[in-house]
This record gives sequence, C-alpha cells and structure tokens, in this order.
Amino acid sequence: MNLSKFLVTTTALTLSAGIASSQDMTIVSWGGAYSKSQLKAYHEPYSEKTGVNIINDDSSAEAVAKLRAMNEANNVTWDVVDVVAADAMRLCDEGLALEIDHDTQLAPAPDGTSASEDFGELIVSDCFIPQIVYSTTFGYRTDLVGDTAPTSVCAVFDLENYPGKRSLEKRPINNMEWALLCDGVAKDEVYNVLETSEGQDRALAKLDTIKDSVVWWSAGADTPQLLADGEVIMGSTYNGRLFSVIEEQKQPVAMLWDAQVFDLDGWIIPAGLSAERQKRALDYIYFATDTQRLADQAKYISYGPARASSAPLVGKHADLGIDMAPHMPTDPNNAKNTFLYNYEFWADYRDDIDAKFQAWLAQ
Amino acid sequence: MMLVNSTPESLLTKSVPIVVAGAIFGTVYGQVNGLVILGFSAGAFVSLLLTLFYAGVLKQKFLSHVINIALFGTFGLLSSSLHSAIFYVILSIAFVWFIFWVTEAKYRANLLPYLSSSQVAWHYLFRLICGAIFLFLITPILVVLPLSFNAQDFFTFTPEMLRFEPEGYSLKHYRDFLGLRVDSNGEWLRAFQNSLIIAPLATLISVTFGTLAAIGLSQSHVPMRRAIMAILISPMIVPLIISATGMFFFYSDMGNFLEETVGINKNAVGYIKVVLAHAVLGIPFVIITVTATLVGFDRSLTRASANLGANSITTFFRVQMPLILPGVISGGLFAFITSFDEVVVVMFIGSAGQKTLPWQMFLGLREQISPTILAVATILVVLSIALLSTVELLRRRSERLRGMSPS
Repeated sequence: MNLSKFLVTTTALTLSAGIASSQDMTIVSWGGAYSKSQLKAYHEPYSEKTGVNIINDDSSAEAVAKLRAMNEANNVTWDVVDVVAADAMRLCDEGLALEIDHDTQLAPAPDGTSASEDFGELIVSDCFIPQIVYSTTFGYRTDLVGDTAPTSVCAVFDLENYPGKRSLEKRPINNMEWALLCDGVAKDEVYNVLETSEGQDRALAKLDTIKDSVVWWSAGADTPQLLADGEVIMGSTYNGRLFSVIEEQKQPVAMLWDAQVFDLDGWIIPAGLSAERQKRALDYIYFATDTQRLADQAKYISYGPARASSAPLVGKHADLGIDMAPHMPTDPNNAKNTFLYNYEFWADYRDDIDAKFQAWLAQ
Repeated sequence: MMLVNSTPESLLTKSVPIVVAGAIFGTVYGQVNGLVILGFSAGAFVSLLLTLFYAGVLKQKFLSHVINIALFGTFGLLSSSLHSAIFYVILSIAFVWFIFWVTEAKYRANLLPYLSSSQVAWHYLFRLICGAIFLFLITPILVVLPLSFNAQDFFTFTPEMLRFEPEGYSLKHYRDFLGLRVDSNGEWLRAFQNSLIIAPLATLISVTFGTLAAIGLSQSHVPMRRAIMAILISPMIVPLIISATGMFFFYSDMGNFLEETVGINKNAVGYIKVVLAHAVLGIPFVIITVTATLVGFDRSLTRASANLGANSITTFFRVQMPLILPGVISGGLFAFITSFDEVVVVMFIGSAGQKTLPWQMFLGLREQISPTILAVATILVVLSIALLSTVELLRRRSERLRGMSPS
C-alpha cells in the first residue's frame, strides 16, 4: 500500500460517496445545543421517514451576508435556514427568502385550527415560519452575589449592593431598554424615550455608571464561560444557555427572569431554489413545524415552542428527566415582567443608535 | 575561598539581588490579591531577613532548607490548601538554593575566572531572556493539554483539577471527538475526514505545479520571469480574505459549470473547488522552497546526463529530482499545513459537506466554547510532533545509509 494507491482510493471513495447521496439537504442553524435539539426532534425522525440525508451547516450567524453572496453568485447551496425574526424580515424585504402561505403550506393544529391562527402574532413576516420563543435574560452566581439574591434587572446597575463584573452583549439592543427601565422610565414609555436623542443619551449615561465593571460579549457561549469561571457575578445571555449551565453543568448559577426580552427564531427557505429542492424544503418544513415536533424540541432545550397548541405537550427533559415547563421563558412564573423584541423600533433606529453606542464604547 | 568569607557589610551587598527577586515576586503575588504595595514591601523585607539569617547566622544549607520548608509550608497550609502548600515547598527549595547560590558566589563556578561582574550578569541575563522567550512560545500550547481532560464543559481549571482529584479529569471530550458519546453527532470525525481528503490532494497538486513552475522560472531564457514569479506568489502576499472573496465568485461560476454542463455531483464539485483553492494557496510555498534548492543545483549535471543519451524526462526524474527532493518535500509540508490549517477560504468556498477541522474548531469556539476543541488540539499537537519526528528520523537514517554523519 503506497501513497498514490491510498490517494486514488480516497478520491474514488469521495466521488462515489458524492454520487450516492443525491438526496442531500443542507439545513443551516446556530450550532451547539440548539442544533442538537433540532437534530433529535426534527432531522432524525425526518431522515428516517423519507431517507433524505440532512447536512448541518452552523452558519446562521452570518446567514444574511452569505445568502446575499450566494444569490449574487447564482449558487445557493442552502435548502432551509434557521434565522432570528429580524434577519427573516430583512431577507424577505430583499427578496432572498421565499414567501410562504402559512395556512396551506404548514400543518394545522391537531384540533383543526389553522396554522396562522395557531402561531398567531408570531408570524412577523410572510417568509418567516416561527419555531421557538427564546429570551435574553440574566444569570447570576449564587455564591458571589452576597446574601440577598437579585430579583430585579436593576441589580445589574447596582454596583453598591452587587459589586463585581457583569457581562452584557456588545450591542445597544436590550441594554438600552434595561438602562432606561432602571433609570426610572416606565416600561411602556421606554421606546418613546429611546426615540429621542436625549433619551438615548440618558440610557448611555446610565450604562456609563457601570461601564468599568462590564465585560462585553459577542457570542452566546461567552457569558456561560465567564459565569463558570467566576469572572463575572452576573451576565446576560440566551435563556437556553443558562439552562445548560445550571441544570446540565451544575454550576452555582441561578436565573434572573426579570425584564427578559423575548425574541423569535424560525425557518426561512431561500428564494431561487430549483423546483425539486423547493418542494423537498417545503416538505421538511411541513413536517418539522407541526404541533408534536415543536413540543418535542423542548425536550432537549429550554426554548418555548412557537405554536399555542404545542405548549400543553411540553414534557420532561430527554436526559435529565426534569419537567421542562418551569424552565420555559414563557412560563407564567418567569414571564411576570417581559419585553418583546421591538422589531419596528430597531429596524428604524438601529443604525443611529448602533453608531452612538459604538462611539460611547470607544470613549 | 577568601572571596566567600563574608563580613556583614558584604552580605548586605550580596543580598541585593535576592531582595530584588523577593520584591518582584511579592509585587506579582500582591497584584493577584490586590495588595501591590504590601506585597512589594513584604517580599523585600522577608527575603532580606531570611537571607541575613540563613547566610549570615545559620550558615548551614541543609538546616536552612528544613527550617524554610517548614516555614513556607505552614504558611501555605494556613493561607489556603494542600496544593498551595506543595507550591510553597517548591518555592522554598528554590528560594534557599538561590540565597546560597548568590551569597556563596556559586554563580562564578562554571565561568571563566577573568570575566567582569557585568559580563557575569549578562551571562545569566541572556539565559533568563532565552528562557522567557521559550516559555512565551510554549506555554499557550502546554496550557491546552491538561484543560482537554477537564470533566466540565468549560475552559476552566476547576478546584478538583487543581487538587489533582480524579473526579476533576475525564476523557469525555476525546470521546466526543471520536463520536463515542451519546450526545455527540460525529461532526468532528467528519470534519477530520474531510481535512484528510482535502489536504493531501491539494498538496499533491501544489507540489506538482509548484515544482514545474520553479524549474521553468529558474531557466535564464524564460521571458518576464520576475513578473510571472510575482503573480504565482501573490496568493501568499494578498490578504487571505481578499483572495477568498475573489475565489468565491470565481469558483461559484466554475462550480455551476461543472454541475450543470459537465454533470458532476454537487458534493464532488464542492471537494474539487476546495482542493483547487487550497492548491493555489500552497503553490507559492513550493515555488519558493524549490527555487531556493535550485540555486545550489549544478546545471552541468543535466548537460552531462544529456550527453550520456538520456532524454529530458529521464534527466528530470533520475538526476534533477533526487537532488532537489529536500526542497520539494519541505515545500510539500508547507502546502499540506497551509491546507490543513486553512479556515477563511474554505468557509467561503466550501459548503457544509466540505467542513474541515479548522472550520469545525472555529464554529465550536464561536458557538459553544466546547473543550472538545482542546482535545482535538492536543491530538493535533501529538500528531504533528510524531510526524516531524518521523521525518527527522527518516532523514537521519538515509544520511546514515549514505555514509554521512547526521547534522
């Protein structure tokens, strides 16, 4: 067996493997525990049922840019893409995502309720098929915050009672809202204040009081790592990440659900697929977003299913055996004080506030 | 021995380096605990006191060691835990050794007797700088190794790990890499497999074309040699992200052509695109190393070979190739590493089916911070050490067989 023989064999294997799997479908998602939950709840049963081989691409973070480039190069290699609602709206506006008729192309609820009614107001765009509700919220180290555990989001801005580092996402969204809320602005006034230049300055001034104690994060995995290290005493991240830190990794961390910000995540199908690929993608979507499948996903990750009819079916965690309902951001006990990501506001003001925020960061 | 005979005054002078070292250590230690000034003064004071006591009063090495170990060890035990006591015992041995090394002027023992004191100082400072550079280079790699056996899913030295308790360590991240864990999905092995398919093929192409280009460019009659050379080397000079953007559009068109007109399967086209792009990145390395070896190549050998009736192909394989082989091989190694390490171009050109190991590591870092990356890094470090050692051993063996002494 020499090198050239080895190379010939591997090449032949590669090519034949390539030819054998014409039933491939590339599904783009976020990676990590989230992709794993989709693998278990959607991909595996779907492959079993249809024989389609699903390839996972963890590129959702740069989905908009990549889809634009693919479209320009006339070479779209993705079949179904998992994106946050804001990205779905952007892609839909640019004509990069396929418009869906939610009632005819998605499964109705078991009791016959139409899909558009079942998803309700979570259908924020014609191209968007909602999948989960997640929230951005805070976790804190139970052993590092002193005797009185924080119960309000304003503990983040309270250096006197909770001295130490805290981690916040390196972008204005959510942080500005929390800052105004803790500066005494009433919750339903927050966006009215944030519209004005003075309001933006006011939010930044509030953030300025804790600037020296903030560690800025950009990836969802940063805050869990910082909390596990004890480098920060509290930090914001996605609630599913905190669930994993608390229940799976058994770290001394607890949730601070106050003023959590709900956001949506779901599927889009890229525009410009061949008729055959589009048909397969729609078939997958029909299967993966029915009531039972959405409830199944909650067995693997603590994100709330987007269908109203799925909520009663949420059961126990597949490995840990604990009840998942109390860990859902939508659970009544956790959802006493919540924001819903304000798509319209941020679509209009994001560029301006982003520039201000970045300038403030660099000071 | 007259020199060593110490009066109290000279002992004070001699203790200066020890006090400086103590002060530096105290400052660093204080910095960690937020007490810089206290650390500085306590470090300086304690080292002065102990130096005067051990070297001036006690004057006995063994007894000093015993006393100091007891002293430091108790301090470590009281201040925190057992593992810090071990650290303090090691520190104590080093400290007492340093005291006697300085005060008894042992540092001159192995040096030429006529060196001035500044020359002696430079002798040790030089070694200290070399050691620091070495440490600077190797530490980031060494830190990774123990962390890859972490029982937790974080990049953190847990208290259990620091106490050397077996519960703190596990092989779970290695099992994840090998796809043996319940919750692992085989992504890592698939990525590894992709790297092992793409890198050798890209290397083969780069070595072939790079060597041919180098031989052609070394002929004096080729017109515009410099311009051609500059173009061929440009992938190495142009920022990777720029080449990658250009390649993305170029290879998209090529891929569409291969898929639609030639009718090759989508997945195979993906591999062809990535292999070709990586070959382009590897070619400059081969050209440069082979050109360098060709400088020492005696042209009259090819004329002699032709004189004996060999055609140019025979001459190339029988005469020229064996002589420039070292350059070809090292160029090939560079090309292989370029492809094996490459993350930017493959992210642009490849689709998920061609996900290579560096791409998977990048994703793992961004989305999860999973220690599986550290397990993979450890495996790669061990593999590359094995690979380089094998190449070196084979080289020595062939030199021995040819009757040369290994250099």
